[in-house]
Amino acid sequence: MSAPTYDLGKLHGGIRLESGKSAATRNSIQKMPLPAQLIIPITQHVGDPAHSIVTIGERVLKGQLIAEPGGSLSAPVHASSSGKVVAIEPWPVSRRYGANAPCIVIECDGEDRAIEPAVTQAAYDMLSADELLARILQGGIVGLGGAVFPTAQKLMQALTCDLKYLLLNGVECEPYISCDDMLMREYAREVLGGARILMHALQLDVCYIVVESDKPLALQSLGEQLAELGDKRIVLKQVPTIYPSGGEDQLVQLVTNLEVPSGGLPTDVGCLVQNVGTASAIYDWIVHGKPLLSRVTTVTGDGVVNPMNVEARIGTLVGDIIRFAGGYTESAQQLIIGGPMTGKSMSTDLVPLVKASNCILVLSRAPSIGAKSPCIRCGDCAAVCPVQLLPQQLYWYSCADDEKKLRLHGLTDCIECGCCDLVCPSHIPLTAEFRVAKARIQEQADEKARAERARSRFEARNERIESEQRARDAELEQQRATAKRIGPAEIAAILQRKQQQQDKD
Amino acid sequence: MEFTRTEAPYLTPSVNVAGMMLQVLLALVPAALAHMWYFGPGILFNLVVAAVFCVAGEALMMHARGRDPMLALADYSALVTAALLAFAVPSLTPWWVTATGALFGVVVAKHLYGGIGFNLFNPAMAGYVVILVAFPLQMNLWVAPSMGDIDYISLSIAQTLVYTLTGNLPDTLTFDAVSRATPLDAMQTGLRDLQTYAEIRANPIMGDFGGRGWEWIGNFVAVGGFWLLIRKIIRWQIPTGVFLGLLVPAGIMYLADPSTHASPGFHLFSGATILCAFFIATDPVSAATSPKGRFLYGLGIGFLTFVMRRWGAYADGVAFAVLLMNMATPAIDYFTRPHIVGHPRGRRNQ
Ligand code: SF4
Ligand code: SF4
Repeated sequence: MSAPTYDLGKLHGGIRLESGKSAATRNSIQKMPLPAQLIIPITQHVGDPAHSIVTIGERVLKGQLIAEPGGSLSAPVHASSSGKVVAIEPWPVSRRYGANAPCIVIECDGEDRAIEPAVTQAAYDMLSADELLARILQGGIVGLGGAVFPTAQKLMQALTCDLKYLLLNGVECEPYISCDDMLMREYAREVLGGARILMHALQLDVCYIVVESDKPLALQSLGEQLAELGDKRIVLKQVPTIYPSGGEDQLVQLVTNLEVPSGGLPTDVGCLVQNVGTASAIYDWIVHGKPLLSRVTTVTGDGVVNPMNVEARIGTLVGDIIRFAGGYTESAQQLIIGGPMTGKSMSTDLVPLVKASNCILVLSRAPSIGAKSPCIRCGDCAAVCPVQLLPQQLYWYSCADDEKKLRLHGLTDCIECGCCDLVCPSHIPLTAEFRVAKARIQEQADEKARAERARSRFEARNERIESEQRARDAELEQQRATAKRIGPAEIAAILQRKQQQQDKD
Repeated sequence: MEFTRTEAPYLTPSVNVAGMMLQVLLALVPAALAHMWYFGPGILFNLVVAAVFCVAGEALMMHARGRDPMLALADYSALVTAALLAFAVPSLTPWWVTATGALFGVVVAKHLYGGIGFNLFNPAMAGYVVILVAFPLQMNLWVAPSMGDIDYISLSIAQTLVYTLTGNLPDTLTFDAVSRATPLDAMQTGLRDLQTYAEIRANPIMGDFGGRGWEWIGNFVAVGGFWLLIRKIIRWQIPTGVFLGLLVPAGIMYLADPSTHASPGFHLFSGATILCAFFIATDPVSAATSPKGRFLYGLGIGFLTFVMRRWGAYADGVAFAVLLMNMATPAIDYFTRPHIVGHPRGRRNQ
């Protein structure tokens, strides 16, 4: 077994949180049976929305393409099982906190018949990077850590950079979530296989698989598989259990001691970060031709009877998954898709499981933030901020809506990790405030950009009119000059010639 | 099923302001007991007076500002101000003196600046300085510690209470009979009168390092301070800064000329040094916020204390030092902004 190594860079701040993960990791991943109906959101990634290519009443097979990428930053969606398309209609989705978005509703026929794989599976190392990327795009694979950035495009961007390391993110630092932990335990071979495909696609020969120290079984499983594989290019790295070391930029900083530049990407410092689940999905698609049709998700919290990790089809209703996990306890009060630090709070459980859903968390109490009192400048928020911002100052500027100061103090660098909230003795909802302020700033920037575009269009038009005017003036001027030069007699002759010409016609 | 919708993060903070303030109060208990042991029950009466007027002042101001008084009172910060003031004034202090300090601290220094979080100055120190200037006579009336061979006359509990309420000593006693100069006072005047350090230290009010009794109270203050450090209510930067800022120059001067300068040990164990380092300078609202800034802030307080003790008009410069550094905090905060991760090094965000 390959032992993990520890040489680490330093991350500022962060907090040790109670993990709350043990309840869901007692048993292996449970496969959820096929539901009667699948509600599949057409867009499940960040970027340009996808377009449905099926019609109501159409029969679809498992793995069949049902939505096509709708732009340069987009990803396709496949039918998670076979059946009939019964509706294409708005449905509550978690991405929008329970507000509606277009979904394809499939009534499953229960046969789960798969489509014939369109491409014959060549060994991946025979494929060029471009071919691999095109394949990955077709697989509908997006970042499964929760960010759901289309993977193919992320790799494309990475190929234009001077890359040094591939980092597989198995940190999963947020409390309660354990789907990556379980995946690494049970699908270590797939994770490592995905890592090798990625290294091949990116022509890299260093891959760090980074796992938090509170996941010894995942480390062990990966270590055993790695020893079997004997791939010296892949190194396991164990990092301390500190939230939020699993953020992309934080992970890079922790492992390489390089800071991702403000507004930049990890690729700017030579790193490509992929979630371990994504790596496993890439392996399944490239080697076995299985597109992204299901995912492992953690169903947990004190509002769930049997916390567990479930492998369910994309499109399964969250409520059904919770029922599969024994249902709600009496005290269930709050439903969160994602973790307790950054997840999204839902008002309904009628939202479908999507590629982004790494956790379904049901808590028995709605947090009582209590009356918020004034900031006492204790500085604890700044002490835990992984980006070394001054949350207390940002909050002040945000309340004053001072955009310039907000930018200078790095509001746009805030990763909304929520650490500052958790240590604030005055219980100020700092993160929520920053989320709003960031949206506001973005809006203002968009507004400005729009105004700028309108202005430049207007100016271009003016410019055009002016230049036409100038051309006309110049012509006139020239005519005048000519007239002056040649004198009245000549002009009279010209006019006469013209007259004769006309008469002839 | 309908669920409650809130904003991330969904975990609740485990700390709150009231809890922090209560722990600060708790940490002062050993020192208060020691104070009563050496200087009689006076501090208890002062504490009651200060608490009553701090709380009343706070309630009044909240009311005047159209807020719910309970909002402010519930964080116990007024009581912390009261406690610090009670430690600062002599154990024999008439109630109106303490009350003036309490009211000035809470009404002017705290609420006229906008209440907790917005006050530039440490309310307790602001209040203390005002009464120090306004009531010089009463503020210099320190009883001698009740220890072995000092010819002290101690007042009974009832006599202390009468003095606190009326400002009158029992008919048989004069001020001179019950009061002694504080060790710092003795040191400052002694050195000014060209006595040597050794001569001054021969005075029975002097203990092993600092003043008699004072050094023991200091130890108990330190116990509370370390407890706060362990509880992470305060951080090490400010206390360390204060100690270094005071003791390093004191040590250098003492080494250079031990006959005309007090030893660092004397500085450490006299007056309000330890109380300041752990309890006064660490008031978060009026201190600098970044770790580096706090260290500098502490250093400044320590150094100014040293300068004022040696050359100032008042025996102990702690309060003035704190207030001066309070004024410097916006500048300190400005120049010690941390480097934002991912921003170019060396260049400051303006
Ligand atoms: S939410 Fe933003 S400001 Fe708060 S700790 Fe995280 S990065 Fe810093
Ligand atoms: S943690 Fe809260 S009270 Fe402390 S400085 Fe930050 S915002 Fe202010």
